[in-house]
Amino acid sequence: MTISMHRDFSRRAVLKGGTLTVAFALSGERVMAQAAAPRILDPKEVDAFLAVNADDTVTVFCGKVDLGQGLRIAIRQMAAEELDIGVAKITYVEGDTALTPDQGRTSGSSGIARGGVQIRQAAATARKALIELAAQHLGARPNDLVTRDGHVVPKSGGSGIRFSQLIGNGRFDLKLDPKAPLKSPAEYRVVGKPLPRPDVPAKCTGSHRYVHDVRVPGMLHARVIRPPAIGARLLSVDESSVSGLGAKVARVQNLLAVVADDEWTAVRAARQLRAQWNEWAGLPAQEGLADALRSARDITDETLVKKGAPGAALPEGAKALKATYFWPMHSHASLGPSCAVADVRRDGATIWTASQGTHGNRATFARFLSLPPEKVRLIYVEGAGCYGMNGHEDAAADAAIISRAVGRPVRVQWSREDEHGWDPKGPAQLLDIAGAVADGRIVDWRTEMWLPQTTRGMPNIPLLAPEAAGLDEVRGLNAGMISQNGDPPYAADNVEVLVHWLKQTPLRPAPLRSPGKPANCFGVESFVDELAAAAGLDPVEFRLRGLADPRGVEVIKRMAARMNWQPRPSPGPDKDAAVARGRGMAYVHYKHDESYVATGIEVAVERASRTIRAERVACAHDCGQIINPDGVRAQVEGCILQTLSRVLKEEVKFDRSRVTSVDWASYPILTFSEAPRIDIELIDRPAERPIGAGEATCTTIGAALANAIFDAAAIRLRAVPFTPERVAAAWEKSS
Amino acid sequence: MSTYNLRINGIARSVESADAEKPLLYVLRGLGLTAAKFGCGLGQCGACTVLLGGRAVRSCQTTIADAQQKSITTLEGLGSTSAMHPVQAAFIKEQVPQCGYCTGGMIMSAAALLAEKAKPSEQEVRAALDGNLCRCGTHFRVVRAVMAASGQGG
Repeated sequence: MTISMHRDFSRRAVLKGGTLTVAFALSGERVMAQAAAPRILDPKEVDAFLAVNADDTVTVFCGKVDLGQGLRIAIRQMAAEELDIGVAKITYVEGDTALTPDQGRTSGSSGIARGGVQIRQAAATARKALIELAAQHLGARPNDLVTRDGHVVPKSGGSGIRFSQLIGNGRFDLKLDPKAPLKSPAEYRVVGKPLPRPDVPAKCTGSHRYVHDVRVPGMLHARVIRPPAIGARLLSVDESSVSGLGAKVARVQNLLAVVADDEWTAVRAARQLRAQWNEWAGLPAQEGLADALRSARDITDETLVKKGAPGAALPEGAKALKATYFWPMHSHASLGPSCAVADVRRDGATIWTASQGTHGNRATFARFLSLPPEKVRLIYVEGAGCYGMNGHEDAAADAAIISRAVGRPVRVQWSREDEHGWDPKGPAQLLDIAGAVADGRIVDWRTEMWLPQTTRGMPNIPLLAPEAAGLDEVRGLNAGMISQNGDPPYAADNVEVLVHWLKQTPLRPAPLRSPGKPANCFGVESFVDELAAAAGLDPVEFRLRGLADPRGVEVIKRMAARMNWQPRPSPGPDKDAAVARGRGMAYVHYKHDESYVATGIEVAVERASRTIRAERVACAHDCGQIINPDGVRAQVEGCILQTLSRVLKEEVKFDRSRVTSVDWASYPILTFSEAPRIDIELIDRPAERPIGAGEATCTTIGAALANAIFDAAAIRLRAVPFTPERVAAAWEKSS
Repeated sequence: MSTYNLRINGIARSVESADAEKPLLYVLRGLGLTAAKFGCGLGQCGACTVLLGGRAVRSCQTTIADAQQKSITTLEGLGSTSAMHPVQAAFIKEQVPQCGYCTGGMIMSAAALLAEKAKPSEQEVRAALDGNLCRCGTHFRVVRAVMAASGQGG
């Protein structure tokens, strides 16, 4: 039978919802008394972030989530440092809309920079309050007391008083005090140490619970059947095609699913179900994508940067160049297809999701479920790595709508084809850059870029299921803050950055790790190299001539030292060899305001096979204060390897109806044999603010590799990915 | 329904299935052994890797019928937090996983490699793991951990 959605669906026995969900949220953690009490969730309040428990542990409630980037330890370190307790004394709750404050989406390298900093200030405020409470208890002056190992003790020595005696299980009832003094870095005992991540042992022994592993009583397994063409409508379903399997069909307008008690039965039913869809072929041709961006009519122009008189007459002897750079659509290509569990009832909904923005999605889910937001609870459970927004939220919306339709808790597991085909994509980007160099410096620079415009007031990326089911949601585009770093970070007399904002994209866009900026920096730092070559200058020297920021200068110099960089103009002497080797670099001051990164790559270009092998990557990285150096190092390694994969191999392929790169054969990623050696130098600046390490390095990889290839083989690759076909074409052009 | 007799992590189990083609992955996960992950269902990514008779296989490509008569070892059975396999211990020491979704499969592939060749070269380690994909970019640490587990660490 088809179960149609209706508002008055059948009731079922009430699960022990609250107890159950709290147990999930605190999986592997101590369940403390506070979980049962109403939580303060206002992020202005200390109690939203911290609770001192009767057993002298402290619970940290974090609205940002750990996707494998190490917040679970780093934020514990920040809180432990200010509170003077051991990290082992901290229990940790993340991303549960019923238990944690809204700290914004976990995106833009903001986990530490904003989420952690907020919790640090809450902890500092709490410490100040604990000292004041202790002063009353002990009849001492606050200035004569300090915190030590979960106690407030007199500076002069003697016995103190435990935190739990001062406030155990009670509330602070205090606003975050921006003036509460932070510890001086000189006093740090926990921050700055490479403490191990607490989830690692469970991830290596199989006991870590992913969203894919969540099971709730009465749960059905569902598979969603996506249309064969992106915009196709469902015409008819032959339910008898799966009736023999013990699966049922659930349909809400164009949202089509099968449900079964057993997961494999659902998989078989999804494969076997016969459905008729209408035809749709609304995508542009793949090979004309760059032209389609350039010729889009519905655009808004915006000048992002204007300095001097760009495009004016050039000084005598200036060398002028122009070039076009293209970056294709990329998939998040999460290793595990998205999954979620939802239990939607007439009076409320609980959704277990790996979303990076549980809080931000609450209103979205409430809207399409026609429930008050306070009746919708999203609980974060880690999924397969996601680098912006993959299909996690879509799977959650699938599960929610199907759960409501069938009146049971539902687990939706996407297939590999679903994930590659339907995750929202990092958008295609096109940059035209014109510029000129004279006397070894940049005299003129003009960037024109074609980018999707984020629709004003978009709460989230529009989700597939509400649209298919004809439910209410805000429509539009959101690809993140994608227009930054389109200008060179070096002295230039005249600069203009013009963006043509596109109102449409072929496929649904989403932020993908350092949104837009890997492409922008690929263009900018490749073009800088082209100017350096035109000027006959060494690429490092050329950049340093135009760079005044001492932190920028330092990362470039340190990278060059790690690379054993031999100054000379590119291309190098090896360009006619059977295997041409060379080196290239790129530098970024991320968003002109955040981390400083310089990356050098040694490359081998093999003439016979036209293949490119990154052999070694050296990176100097300054993200201000380092909370956990091993965590930063892991993030930088990830940025390097993931972006190398994107630049060397990845491009979303599509025909006029659908994405055709829907598995790891048609959308290959970097393998072990292709992974380079990596050499990372972290610069710690404890007196500076911590500014995030999850993204910046990604932006340097495309240009560093392209510049190394030019140095090695005298060919300039201006379109990603650097496939053997593109290498061959570039060779042909240069000879 | 047919009954299939499996030996999983040293324990004999009888499992009912209406489908002889049911992949071992779904059998294991249905039994609560969730360390093997669904990554592609196509044998392309390695997230579902288990040992079958000591050899690394993709459990999404191994049918319940084919899994009989041979011992099956999952990550849960390879070692535990109190009695770890050297590869697991090395992965923890090197702090390998980020999201960790691929990690279990890599540990299984590496354990199979080291059982076959105690001291593989770095190139052999990479080649043995080429069928295991990682999206977070932990490759560098994985190789270091496997070399360390084979007593060749720096």
